[in-house]
Amino acid sequence: MNRIQQAFQQDKKLLNIYFTAGYPQLDDTVPILKALADAGADVIEIGVPFSDPLADGPVIQQSSSVALQNGMNMRVLFGQLKSVREQVPNTPILLMGYLNPVMQFGVENFCREAAAAGVDGVILPDLPLDDYVTEYQDIFRRHNLRPVFLITPQTAPERIRRIDELTDSFLYLVSGPGTTGGANTQAAGVQEAYFERISDMNLRNPRLVGFGISDKQSFEKACQHAEGAIIGSALIRALEGADDAPAAAAAFVSSVIS
Amino acid sequence: MTVPTYQQPTERGYYGQFGGAFIPEMLYPNVEELRQQYLDILADPEFQREYQQLLRDYVGRPTPLFEAKRLSARYGTRVFLKREDLCHTGAHKVNNTVGQILLARRLGKTRIIAETGAGQHGVATATVCALMGMECIVYMGEVDMERQKPNVYRMRLLGAEVRPASSGSKTLKDATNEAIRDWISNPVDTHYIIGSVVGPHPYPDLVARLQAVISEEMRKQLLEKTGSELPQYVVACVGGGSNAAGAFYHFLEDPEVQLVAVEAAGHGVHSGHSAATSVLGKPGIIHGSRTLLMQDEDGQITEPYSLSAGLDYPGIGPLHAFLADSKRARFISVTDDDALKAVVECSRLEGIIPALETAHALAVLDQLGAGPDDVVVINLSGRGDKDLETYIQQDLM
Repeated sequence: MNRIQQAFQQDKKLLNIYFTAGYPQLDDTVPILKALADAGADVIEIGVPFSDPLADGPVIQQSSSVALQNGMNMRVLFGQLKSVREQVPNTPILLMGYLNPVMQFGVENFCREAAAAGVDGVILPDLPLDDYVTEYQDIFRRHNLRPVFLITPQTAPERIRRIDELTDSFLYLVSGPGTTGGANTQAAGVQEAYFERISDMNLRNPRLVGFGISDKQSFEKACQHAEGAIIGSALIRALEGADDAPAAAAAFVSSVIS
Repeated sequence: MTVPTYQQPTERGYYGQFGGAFIPEMLYPNVEELRQQYLDILADPEFQREYQQLLRDYVGRPTPLFEAKRLSARYGTRVFLKREDLCHTGAHKVNNTVGQILLARRLGKTRIIAETGAGQHGVATATVCALMGMECIVYMGEVDMERQKPNVYRMRLLGAEVRPASSGSKTLKDATNEAIRDWISNPVDTHYIIGSVVGPHPYPDLVARLQAVISEEMRKQLLEKTGSELPQYVVACVGGGSNAAGAFYHFLEDPEVQLVAVEAAGHGVHSGHSAATSVLGKPGIIHGSRTLLMQDEDGQITEPYSLSAGLDYPGIGPLHAFLADSKRARFISVTDDDALKAVVECSRLEGIIPALETAHALAVLDQLGAGPDDVVVINLSGRGDKDLETYIQQDLM
């Protein structure tokens, strides 16, 4: 059983926190990661910044561009993560980013470095399923990394089943139409019907709901239909202008799960 | 299975190693629906009847192929200008938007979004939306809105909402990002009319096919005027590459025709202020397509520069990347200054004020090596009205 699967053995709803590597300061990555884990985040996604993050809203775009200005890149990130498992031994860590920086670094190099750092999974929203299967699956498996794929209200059932077969981690349920950090503007009942439809499929993997989850209330609501939920933009907002970014990260986690 | 050619990418949208559909799951159903249906819709006789009728009666096609005698005399070769500047709205862009709006209607979409750089595609989209009574939102970089004010006003006059893209370099790339984000947020009722041969498959092929009318007409007109369907050279400017794709399309499989793609060198190819993607780019992913891309060593997309708002795109369409890689097309880049000189020359010698983008294509006549009996067709993709403010600022006289 891998670390991600172990996390889902707990008898509770899981809080998955996303933050951008190298934000607000270049060297904040590991201190924030440790603060999040110590404060009780169950899964952590480290955002690998990209200049043109198509699936992200303004908050994560902005944090990404600050991180890039700070000098964050793949080499710097893997340098920072070298001994991260000494500080954060058990919490599942995923890298979330876009395909182009990974391709330029080399997919094999990326997977090797990630595995060496103790990373458990990878989320690349613009990596097509077919390309993953034909070109990358073997590399991911060789390095013991699990892919996480997104599912949206428009994803067809047979495609959901296929995605479910391709991983042993979790399914990332995008809560509704929109990029990250947006508010839920769907009519009452629409989102619930979607979550229930997925729940009724009895899939192999647990589900985490993401996009538009921002606080204790929306977290708990999302958890009614899934094994947990993912928060990103709201945490980034909490870090913005904070004197002590790790303390702000910890306080944010406490505000959601207290 | 069909054998992929220059004209026909593989089923998954590849021209050689370039193309594909690298899109987040949120876009998958829309793009997949389009992929499954676009060829059938384009081939449907009823669609073709409507499309051809609009091209004739609304766009004003066929556009003339004009023998430019004074330019010919100046450069010692036979120069023909394909007058896409005479299309309704002043550029070739409307060929594509007329086709895509008909396609959107068939897909049951009610809301149209588009990105625009110079504003020509935005105007062409706003125009067909007005014609069809459809809601229209155009994303345009803040910098471009400033550079191309008349087109912003035109779009608004036509009833479109123009939304500024204020991230990144605030130009075409960022406008495209914002349009894609809008589509992610409106996955059911919205069709995205991409203006160039870029984006995820099937867009590059779809837009190339809708622009292919340019070269289809060229062949007939050349036969009439020169006795041969085939010229020695076809020249077009390339930002994303839609007018070039249209001008090259029906010559792609005729290797005796030299295809010349002209990119914007800005202040000079290696000045650090350039948009010459075929020289400065390497394979990477932008807007859902694997293509040649201007990027740093970490794979971050870099900001291109050109005085012309329609050519400062950090990628090129995957077809063009393949044409460059396979050497089927020759790529030349032209600086701002040389393009501006070509604006004056074409205006003075032929009485035609070209768009700044188009002027890049006009600026390579002395580099082709064309002889007195050679036929050179330049795709005059757009007219210069929208650039008058730039021309005034640059003090061309």
